[in-house]
Amino acid sequence: MTTTSSAPRAKQTAQAGGFFARLSSTQIVYLVALLVLIAGSILVATTGRNFFSPGNISAILTGTSVLGFIAIGQTLVILVGSLDLSVSYVTSLASLIGAGVMANQSGNVPAAVALALGISAVIGLMNGLIVAGLKVHGFIATLGMGLIISGYLATNYKGSFGQAPLSFRLIGATGLGPVPISTLEMLACAALVLLMLHRTRIGHHIYAVGGNRDVARMSGVRVPGAVIAAHVICSVLAGMAGLLLASRLGVGSPTVGTQGGYDLLSIAAVVLGGTLLAGGKGSVVGTLGGVLIFAMLDNIMSVLQINPFMKDVVRGVVIVVAVAVYARRTIVTRPPRFGHGGHQQEIQP
Amino acid sequence: MSTILDPAAGRAVLQQNRAGRGERFLRGLRTPGGGVFVLLVVLLVAIVIQNPSFGEPESFIRFIGRTAPIAIAAIGQYFVIVSGEFDLSMGSVVTMQVIVAGNLIGDDDSKVIPVLVLMFVLGAVIGLINGLVTTLLRVPSFIVTLGMMLALLGLVLFWTGGAAQGNPADSFRQIGRGGIEDVPVLEIIPYPVIILAAVAVLAFWLMRRPYGRTLLAVGDNDVAAALTGARVWWVRTRAFMLSSLAATVSGILLVGYAGVHPSVGRGYEFTAITAVVLGGVVLGGGRGWVLSAAAGAFALEALFTLLNFMGVASTWRNTVQGVIIIVAVAAAAQSWQRKRRGGSAAAHSEQQRITAAPEPAEGTDKGGN
Repeated sequence: MTTTSSAPRAKQTAQAGGFFARLSSTQIVYLVALLVLIAGSILVATTGRNFFSPGNISAILTGTSVLGFIAIGQTLVILVGSLDLSVSYVTSLASLIGAGVMANQSGNVPAAVALALGISAVIGLMNGLIVAGLKVHGFIATLGMGLIISGYLATNYKGSFGQAPLSFRLIGATGLGPVPISTLEMLACAALVLLMLHRTRIGHHIYAVGGNRDVARMSGVRVPGAVIAAHVICSVLAGMAGLLLASRLGVGSPTVGTQGGYDLLSIAAVVLGGTLLAGGKGSVVGTLGGVLIFAMLDNIMSVLQINPFMKDVVRGVVIVVAVAVYARRTIVTRPPRFGHGGHQQEIQP
Repeated sequence: MSTILDPAAGRAVLQQNRAGRGERFLRGLRTPGGGVFVLLVVLLVAIVIQNPSFGEPESFIRFIGRTAPIAIAAIGQYFVIVSGEFDLSMGSVVTMQVIVAGNLIGDDDSKVIPVLVLMFVLGAVIGLINGLVTTLLRVPSFIVTLGMMLALLGLVLFWTGGAAQGNPADSFRQIGRGGIEDVPVLEIIPYPVIILAAVAVLAFWLMRRPYGRTLLAVGDNDVAAALTGARVWWVRTRAFMLSSLAATVSGILLVGYAGVHPSVGRGYEFTAITAVVLGGVVLGGGRGWVLSAAAGAFALEALFTLLNFMGVASTWRNTVQGVIIIVAVAAAAQSWQRKRRGGSAAAHSEQQRITAAPEPAEGTDKGGN
């Protein structure tokens, strides 16, 4: 983690690079988020509305929750050096299983949640086994798994299915003041994952395997364990996103995940949050910043009534520009060991 | 002493150590890049067994014509993947070119050539942007091309309002659907087949040129390639341009086949990547043969055709595709690994078989003075 441990090193680089180089990528993400916030509040004010009204804040936070769940899981998978392109299909599947098993009976809720998350975990386990056991690149393994699930969904479900009871629908609808319950749940999951990454053995193993798989293996880390754990947690979190969508819509839908484009957007949010796509470096806190930026952008564009197709253009440009801002910076902040100073090793993405 | 430095002598020794043509061919079939041709033949035989009329030259050449757009896209994607990057913007480029052709050509035959030139320029510029942002700004290509994919598709949909457009002039559509008629045996050679053959020959030639060799080296280890003097950024940027240009050619062919609609080309990037990977090209770069990538596209299309003839519901197509790519890549991964470790019996016998050594030059064993 660069944020906590690099304070003395940061001072050394500061002399060479000035204020900008001293910031960690997580700090830059929140700086960008702040810029979006300021620009947004001004733009929204010009239309005569208040960006900081409770209703609008609640809308932004609601927007963070679904993508947040998926992006937290995606962070783990990317940290371990893999990718997960199957999350949007897992989300759809979980929403269908959840709403289908509930069938508008409050008594069925625990069973439905357990079954949906259990099946998500099994999918994650298979992803992890294929990546770690069969040595298939994560991109292909999860692309294939996504295709397998999409075929199942297209064959067995023609439209929305099931019915969530009122008690379950309340989860997606209520909030503490302007903060929706779903966002609090997402933040709780983020805290748990953060704790796991920094306080448990498996968390350190995830960083080690992502940094250099061979070195980790030779140091006695069980590589498959870390890869499988990351994939299982990622799929379970995608399943929770699906349950949240089911509670919000009241029904399960076979296209709810793919319509949101959560697979690619979550990867974009993770990279926007300063995590290296190659793995081994990054943080969940940064990812939350990336998700917040996306949610605020969406909200601002909705308030300004921008054409929905232009929203994608803005999103695409923002992703590339924001990543370009810190992708050029030196990633390894290691003090120079040989020769004249100021010559730092750079990792090429 | 000078004979041992003589290149001709060295080549003769190499020839002596080289396996026979047949053995080299068989060994090639066991690599992932060769295995895809075996897979393709097996699939084609299975199709002919299911539906004998498929084996007739006419319907077979039409099958090749139908597969041409995706095969050309796979060849383009190959250049990017073998250099160690991804191009996710390919599908959006196809969509954009289809829409550009539909809107700008209209019914006016005289506009065909200028608009074609414009489309190629657009394709090259998009590839140039992808490549420069990836190499000079150091943004991961996954993110750059993802952003390009969202932005291009958004612009195209904004321009058209998301609805289908009128078809361009017939002379333009002929490129995709027409062909040379009255050919003996085949009856018709569709233009897409000719274009595919030309693209494949060009790609094959390019990969044997210094550029192709450098591209492979960059994909295998870009730091080493940079240290040996390759201009890594420009090599990779040209790969992105080739990819976008290939997407442009696919788009031109698809206008003839599918007409003008914003959904044409959707998902092409993943299909192309699947085809390339099925052809034994390793994600991460540095390994794979360009014609195997094209064969991967044919294998994929043959698989869909087979499923069609077997009466499998079209909704299961995705599932079968998913299973196939995981199995194929897992098999390839095991095969590459065995080769690297040299653990298999075949690899051992291969090492021991090489026995011929250069004849000691005259004078070396005589002590001379």
